[in-house]
Amino acid sequence: MAQEVYSLCFMCTVRCPIRVEVENDDVTWIEGNPHVPGIEGALCAKGSAGLALLHDTERPQYPMIRTGPRGAGQWRRASWDEALDYVADKLKGIIAAHGPQSLVFGERTNLNTHISKTFMKALGSPNHFTHDALCKGSVNTAFRTLTGFTDPQVGIDYANAKHIVLYGRNIFESLEIKAINNMLAAMDKGAKLTYIDPRVTVTATKADRYWMIRPATDLALNYALMHVILKEGLQDKVYVRRWVKGLKELEAFVAPYTPEWAAQETGIPAEEIVAFAREVAAAKPQVVFHYGYRGAHHPNEIYLRRSLIILNALMGSIETPGGLFFKKGMKAAGRGDIAKYVDQDIPKPSVPRFDGSGGSHFPIADASHGNPQMLAHAILNEDPYPIKALIANRFEPLGSIPDSAGVRQALDKLDLIVAIDVNYSEIAWYADVLLPESTYLERGDSIQAISGLKPQLFIRKPAVSPRYDTKPGWWIIKQLGNRLDIGQYFPFETVEDIWNFQLKDTGVKLADFDQKGFVVLSDKALWWDREKDIKFKTPSGKIELVGTLMENAGFPSFPPYTAVPTPPEGAFRLMVGRTAVHTHVSTQNNLYLNELVPANELWINTQAAAARGIKHGQEVEVSSPLGTKGIIKAKVTDFIHPEAVFMLHGFGKTVPAQTRCYQKGASDALLQENVSDRIGGSPAYDDTLVTVRPV
Amino acid sequence: MSIYYILQDQRKCIGCLSCEVHCKSNKGLPLGPRLGQIIPVGPKMVGDVPRQAFVFMPCFHCGEPWCVPACPTGAMRQRPRDGIVYVDHTLCVGCKSCITACPWGAPQWNPETGKVVKCDYCMDRLDQGLKPACVSKCVTHCLEFGKMEEVQRDRRQHFAKLVAFELDKVVSAR
Repeated sequence: MAQEVYSLCFMCTVRCPIRVEVENDDVTWIEGNPHVPGIEGALCAKGSAGLALLHDTERPQYPMIRTGPRGAGQWRRASWDEALDYVADKLKGIIAAHGPQSLVFGERTNLNTHISKTFMKALGSPNHFTHDALCKGSVNTAFRTLTGFTDPQVGIDYANAKHIVLYGRNIFESLEIKAINNMLAAMDKGAKLTYIDPRVTVTATKADRYWMIRPATDLALNYALMHVILKEGLQDKVYVRRWVKGLKELEAFVAPYTPEWAAQETGIPAEEIVAFAREVAAAKPQVVFHYGYRGAHHPNEIYLRRSLIILNALMGSIETPGGLFFKKGMKAAGRGDIAKYVDQDIPKPSVPRFDGSGGSHFPIADASHGNPQMLAHAILNEDPYPIKALIANRFEPLGSIPDSAGVRQALDKLDLIVAIDVNYSEIAWYADVLLPESTYLERGDSIQAISGLKPQLFIRKPAVSPRYDTKPGWWIIKQLGNRLDIGQYFPFETVEDIWNFQLKDTGVKLADFDQKGFVVLSDKALWWDREKDIKFKTPSGKIELVGTLMENAGFPSFPPYTAVPTPPEGAFRLMVGRTAVHTHVSTQNNLYLNELVPANELWINTQAAAARGIKHGQEVEVSSPLGTKGIIKAKVTDFIHPEAVFMLHGFGKTVPAQTRCYQKGASDALLQENVSDRIGGSPAYDDTLVTVRPV
Repeated sequence: MSIYYILQDQRKCIGCLSCEVHCKSNKGLPLGPRLGQIIPVGPKMVGDVPRQAFVFMPCFHCGEPWCVPACPTGAMRQRPRDGIVYVDHTLCVGCKSCITACPWGAPQWNPETGKVVKCDYCMDRLDQGLKPACVSKCVTHCLEFGKMEEVQRDRRQHFAKLVAFELDKVVSAR
């Protein structure tokens, strides 16, 4: 007889709610949670491929300690006690010799991040970092400079929008099921979709308007849109008067940026820019200028992200149905907050962070996430101090930080590399100790509090017992903590203990999750009064176009536009992106997903390819200024701008144990130069210029 | 012809290929067979916008299937009560006659079992009152499963509404 378990997917970080059917301790069926609006059973390819992950024999199956050179694949099996003792002994020695700050802990933000942060804080190291800055650091900073909120505190009300504008936000391939269905529902009711991207994605093929913009010129387009909007008085005047500070400065700033000027930069005809500004303004305030998710393309990223948020402000769409909203949390729903172990009374480490986040290198970046792109620099230069050990918790420094060869070289200087992972990732294979984590179907995790218009709580429950000798991440951290004499900060034995601790102030009981797998804390959507009571967290309580946060740090709010340099003859701008069937760097070896997209291809414009004698389907060599190269098949197409080439992120793997994806396609991280937006905090992933030749 | 039909709403399909994985994971299939496959066509410019189609190709469950008479062992058969064309795996000897016979490439080779496997509309699920895996979990709910006459009626009603009020959408959708 089948049992059903409500849980949360974790094939990607969206964490869709799922319903799992289990028979004889094996998963027979996974579907989207049928009770959740916008999901109603739906699950993406990655979600269904969770079964292939669960049963995969090509994932780590027990703790392993390296016996040969790093990355050589020579391991011995260890018991958990032995592996954990080994790591703890090494760490004790390193901490005694170099201080706790010589340990850095990198992870992809997950439901147990409050536990890993506790671990580092209790050890006295400030060096916990997440993947976030690599993904959207500049979006985060842009929101804070203008509104005082971070980007995860902002959501989009797609369902009621009348015009949605996406700048390379390839929403139908880099997908979130709920958002897509809300958006399709809005489009069914007549909402318009404008899509702007040098490449024709699936999203472009669904749009009402598509512009193949010249790469790296989106900011010029936005300044011209603001120019037209302000010149013609198309903004939501009442809203702007009430909530926007610095309009005069903006007006003066955009005066020279005419549509004719932008047409030269972007390749979009001036009259189309004017027509679009008028059309989108007619739909205000139910307008969404999407501010981007992986907002990390060029060193001026902060200004692009700010310009997008400012366009929303001019449309009056911030905290407006059919526009953007600030997410309401437990307190707004009249509940106590969900408890976090990191809020225990633990002294804050006094040394500065290794990455200069919120300090020397990135003064206004979000230091609660850090800036992982500084990892190689800090290790190699011992700047600001020696780094000796890295714990990578399902974080991939060798696939997500630009210049991965440079990162690998820096890692060689470390005395200890520990990987906690469900996959044989690049870093797992390069580690000294590999601590295999149970998959999301085999473990429970901390409860997820989802802020939003209707705050909700979701829970990941184990569906089946572990297939192999693997453990949950929270258990691994606690065991290390015990061995490092900070065990008192992990007062739990089971996941139920964690859940009960988290729920203690909320008035919610574990049993409340039984029926549908989640708890909704508000019947009605919680909006602030957009006329009187939007609680912006800036010093002025308004949207600050001339931002206190920017100006106080010495960054101008409106520096004159400087173009990102055009690629010289023979070079292309390397753009990267996503497909609907893979998650970043983590699913390339999945049996089912690998079958659908086994390798990446290099999109290259038909004429540009012809000029180089490159034929469709032929292998080409892509060369980076770093001296690194990649071999990849060419996809010759009219549907990419001639100045750019494109490849999917996350391929070109080098771990032989992942036989399905081993050496398939090219690695983008190997080709990308490590250049950053120093204000916003993101690496500039699309800034590298490459050359391409047939092989 | 089977009494059932899967209707695909091209306007809502985003080519995410989830239906293919829903199918394979439900049937526990190895690398190779793709019972219901999405074939992307395009993109091409239609007016001033790029358009792409993702054509869903499961088995058509023909009224007079090519594959059934081609099968020498009686493994390929048609369920009398609803016309679903399916393989009885205990009888299949892996001769591939059905693969040769089918003009649409519906019967697929399972290299693990050395036998043929094909779309059977997940008839084990249908018999429990459920829908085929591909339809149940489609990301955008663009796949609709039902009896032929219901699905056809729905389609005409939907189209009629568009023609009446949103003619521009009918034109731009394909």
